[in-house]
Amino acid sequence: MALTSISWSELGAIIALSLLVSGTAVLLASATGVPLGAFLGLSRFRGRATIVRVIYTLMGLPPTVAGLAVYMILRGGGPLGEYGLLFTPAAMVIAQWVLVTPIVIGLVTGAVESRDRRFRETSVSLGATDWQTRFLVLREARPAVFAAIAAGLGRAMAEVGAVVLVGGNIRWKTRVMTTAILLETRRGNFDQALILGGVLLAIGFLINSFVHRLQTGKG
Amino acid sequence: MVAKPLVPPAGPEPVMRVTAVTKRYGERTVLDVERLDVLKGEVLALMGPSGSGKTTLLRILATLETPTTGQVSLDGAAWGPPNGAAGPVSPARLLAWRRRVTYVGQNPVLFSGTVFDNVNLPLAIRCRVGPGARAAVEEMLERVGLAALAAARTASLSAGEAQRVALARALVSRPDVLLLDEPTANLDPANVAVIEKTLIEAVEMWRPAVVLVTHNLFQARRLGRRTGLIVGGRLIELGETEAVFSYPQDARTASFVKGEMVF
Repeated sequence: MALTSISWSELGAIIALSLLVSGTAVLLASATGVPLGAFLGLSRFRGRATIVRVIYTLMGLPPTVAGLAVYMILRGGGPLGEYGLLFTPAAMVIAQWVLVTPIVIGLVTGAVESRDRRFRETSVSLGATDWQTRFLVLREARPAVFAAIAAGLGRAMAEVGAVVLVGGNIRWKTRVMTTAILLETRRGNFDQALILGGVLLAIGFLINSFVHRLQTGKG
Repeated sequence: MVAKPLVPPAGPEPVMRVTAVTKRYGERTVLDVERLDVLKGEVLALMGPSGSGKTTLLRILATLETPTTGQVSLDGAAWGPPNGAAGPVSPARLLAWRRRVTYVGQNPVLFSGTVFDNVNLPLAIRCRVGPGARAAVEEMLERVGLAALAAARTASLSAGEAQRVALARALVSRPDVLLLDEPTANLDPANVAVIEKTLIEAVEMWRPAVVLVTHNLFQARRLGRRTGLIVGGRLIELGETEAVFSYPQDARTASFVKGEMVF
C-alpha cells in the first residue's frame, strides 16, 4: 500500500507514541484505581454508595469533557500552567489517566463486591482472619481485575477527544493513531486512515488475547 | 436426660450451649430457642419445615449471624449481641471460635484453583504447612474418595464432588463443632453414602459435635444420636433419635415423622 503523506517511519512513531501515552496512562490508572476499587469493594462505610454512584457516572465521562478539564488546569494561567505541559505527551497521559481511572475503579469495585458476597462467609467460617479473608476475596477477583485494566487500555487507545484537545495533534510530537485517523480522513487520505484503523484494531485484538490468556490460563 | 444410648459413651458435657436465643427481622421472629445443648461426639440432627429457622440457628452457632437476644457459649465462653449479657466479643475471640467451629452452607462455595488447594486452605490459614499438612489433606481426600481428583480444577467438578470437597475442607482442620446445612440435598445415593460414611468416621476419630440440618428423615435416623424438630422458629421436640421417631412428644412431631406435615 502506498503511503503518500505518511512515511513508514512516521507511522511507526505514531504507533509508538499511542502505545506509550495510553500504556503509561493505564499503568498510572491501574496503580491508583485497583487499590481504590479493591478498598471500595471490600468496605462498608457511610457515603460509600454515593461515592460508587459518582464513580459509575465518571465511567461514562465524555473524553472531550476530560480533555477540557485537563486543558483548563494545564493552560497558561491555569493552576498547573507554569509547568508548560499543554500540547505535550505528558498532558495526554494526564487526560487519559483522568478518563481511565474511574473505569478501573468502577469495574474493580463491582468485581470485588460480587466475590465478597460469595467468598467472605466461606473464608470466615474456615477460620480466616480479616486480612486473610480480604486476600482470598481479592485473589478470586484477579481475572476481573485484568479485564478491568484491559477495558481501560481499550478505552484509552480508542479515544480521540481528550488527546486532541490537550495534545494538539502536533506532527512528530503529539500525533497518535486516533488523531492521525481524524486528520487523514479530513484530508481525504482514506487508505492511510484505514491502515491506521486496522493497526488500532489489531493492537486491540492482541491486548484482548493476552488478557484472555491471563484469565483462563489458555489461549 | 433420657436413658444412655448404645453408641459409645459421649460424655454429657456440652460443647455448645444455646441459651434463650431469639432472632428477629423487624417485627418477625424467625428463631426463639430457650435451651439447646450440643454434646461432644454426637450427631445432632435438626429437622423442620422449610423456613422454620434451622439455617438461622446454624448460622448463629457459626457466628455468621448475631442473635437479637440471648447467647451461645462454646466451652463456657459466651457470645451474643454486643448489648446482651455476654457483652461485645473481641475479634480475637471470634476468630478463636471460628477456628474451632466450621460451617458448611447449603451450596458449597469453592475457591478457584485445585481440589487440593481448597482442602489445604484451612491448614494454610492456620499457618500449618509442610509434609504433615500435606498428608492430612491427602488423607481427607482419600476419605471422601477424591484422591484421584486432587489436581483437578474446582470449576470442573460435579455437584456431588464439590460437596465432598467442601466436607473434606471442613473436616481437615479437625474442628470441635461441625455445622452442616443439608449436606446431601440433591445428591445421588452414591455421593450421599460417601458423605455419611466420612461423617461417621470423623465422629469416631476425634469426637467432634456435629449439628446436621436435614430434610431427610432417613438420614436423621441413620446418623443422629439425637434429633430435634424446629417448627416456626421453636425447638418443639428434642431427644434420642429413636425416641423422637417412635414416641414423639408433640403432635406436630408425630405428623412430621409420618411425613404428613407439608414442608
